[in-house]
Amino acid sequence: MNYYTFSSKAKTTTYVLMGLGLIAIVFGLLNGDISSTRFWANFLLEGAFFTFISLGAIFFMSLQYVAMAGWSVVVKRVYEAVGRFLPFGLITIFLVLIVSVIRSKTSNDIVYHWMHKGTDPLYDELVAKKSMWMNIPFVLFRTVIVGGIWVYMANVMRKRSIEMDLTNDYLPLHYKNLMTSAFYIIFFGITEQFMAWDWIMAIDANWHSTLFGWYIFDDMWLTGVIVTVLFTIYLRRKGLLKNVNANHMHNLGLWMFALSILWGYLWFFQFMFYWYTNIPDEVVYFQARIDHYRCIFWIMFCVNLLLPLIVLMTRDTKRNDKYLVIIGSILLITHWLDAYIWIMPGSIGVEWHIGFYEIGLALGFIGFFTYVVLSSLAKVPIEVKNHPYLEESVHHHN
Amino acid sequence: MSHTYVHALYNDDDRLKEGATKVRGLGYSIKEVFSPFPVHGIDKIMGLNRTRISICCFIYGCTGFSLALWMISYMSVYDWPIDIGGKPNFTIYHNLPSWIPILFESTVLCSAHGMAITFLLRSWLLPGVSPKNPDPRTTDDHFLMVMPAYSEGDITKLTAAAKETGAVEIKTVHA
Repeated sequence: MNYYTFSSKAKTTTYVLMGLGLIAIVFGLLNGDISSTRFWANFLLEGAFFTFISLGAIFFMSLQYVAMAGWSVVVKRVYEAVGRFLPFGLITIFLVLIVSVIRSKTSNDIVYHWMHKGTDPLYDELVAKKSMWMNIPFVLFRTVIVGGIWVYMANVMRKRSIEMDLTNDYLPLHYKNLMTSAFYIIFFGITEQFMAWDWIMAIDANWHSTLFGWYIFDDMWLTGVIVTVLFTIYLRRKGLLKNVNANHMHNLGLWMFALSILWGYLWFFQFMFYWYTNIPDEVVYFQARIDHYRCIFWIMFCVNLLLPLIVLMTRDTKRNDKYLVIIGSILLITHWLDAYIWIMPGSIGVEWHIGFYEIGLALGFIGFFTYVVLSSLAKVPIEVKNHPYLEESVHHHN
Repeated sequence: MSHTYVHALYNDDDRLKEGATKVRGLGYSIKEVFSPFPVHGIDKIMGLNRTRISICCFIYGCTGFSLALWMISYMSVYDWPIDIGGKPNFTIYHNLPSWIPILFESTVLCSAHGMAITFLLRSWLLPGVSPKNPDPRTTDDHFLMVMPAYSEGDITKLTAAAKETGAVEIKTVHA
């Protein structure tokens, strides 16, 4: 049995990163220049970004079950572990919601401006008309219930997957996981839209888009796959995951490539239709971003679409760990910037800064996320022992 | 110039792969394998190069992209700027967002059709072409391996190798 040991060096690194995050939080609390909105909007940014990575990994896991995919079995433990951050990320998002609810009684200095007198038609008619869906109790209820079901189903699937290694009679467990995955995909496909509206789209309360949920969905999926790739390469460098070879990395690289193209497709079609129709209450979304976040906006778009399109198109780069690590890391940063401009224009407006607080908090969450993932990787044998498609996966080549 | 070929007929794809490995191990080449379905891994045993069709695809895609860009910029910028909903229309740069779907479609059209046509031409699978398949049983449940032989010694060695690996029928053909 091969176990990953969470070495003290790796532990120290994550502790240092988490310490930086704590310093950033204290700095944010004490510094008078950092408003409450900016303070909590960054919490929402990190919470959402890392929750989405975990959700993407869990979706990817269910997809492998439902598609009866064979090749991915040898990296199964990695994407299962990446999904383990989900409860912590959900708690962060819930915390921002609760703080916004409490502060909304007295102040408009909050992330979700609609919560402040949002249901009063004299205050904002457009938001008041949405109050059947967008009211504080219902939003909190949805977050708790949907988040709870996601965490529960993901835990059940991982538990069964670990049990499969301990028994010789593993086929029934596999089929149970297959059924759970099918239900999870249907449930997730619908509820993910709701949560994308509630957590992200509701920040720009007067704006709405039917495509936004899919756009967020693709972002989840992509970042989940990228993080899986990075952890797989890390574990292989440690001499683990002996069955994983360039063929498996090729398939993961294909996912990175394909989902980046899908991301560009969804982003561009949102943009093009707005540009073409030029309807004021739609265009306001891109206007706020292009006018005041111009640099982030164009860098983010060009890098997220063109970098994987150009570099990951050939077979050789997808089979090369170095390329995957460099491209994956750059894509994670630019998708973080993408998430930054989902949240900031609607909450803090035009006065944005990326300073010590933002970077420190991001590093803190990276440390926290890595700690959670590595410690759950260390808990179970890293090599899958019993799986109906294990042989197929070991001999996979393309 | 006439060539001599040894035809070895197998009724199992694993035997075929064994035979092919053996023949390659002896240092002979395999001209062609006829099979009713794709045999996994036979291309590597035969020593075939990786397909270059993806390079063709890239070239056709670039052609399609350039053709569409040339066509549409000529039509709606140089020849007759069309005012659609007051959109700026005097430069390629200003018009580009509305052209992306057309550029994309043309790129896909040219690369897909180009690839299909290249494949059909390269493998000579065209209407009216007579089949090269030497034995109709390879369209049902048999596998045929064609190996060129240059001397009597080659024929003996290849026949022996095929017989050892369980070929059901071995023929020497002069073509």
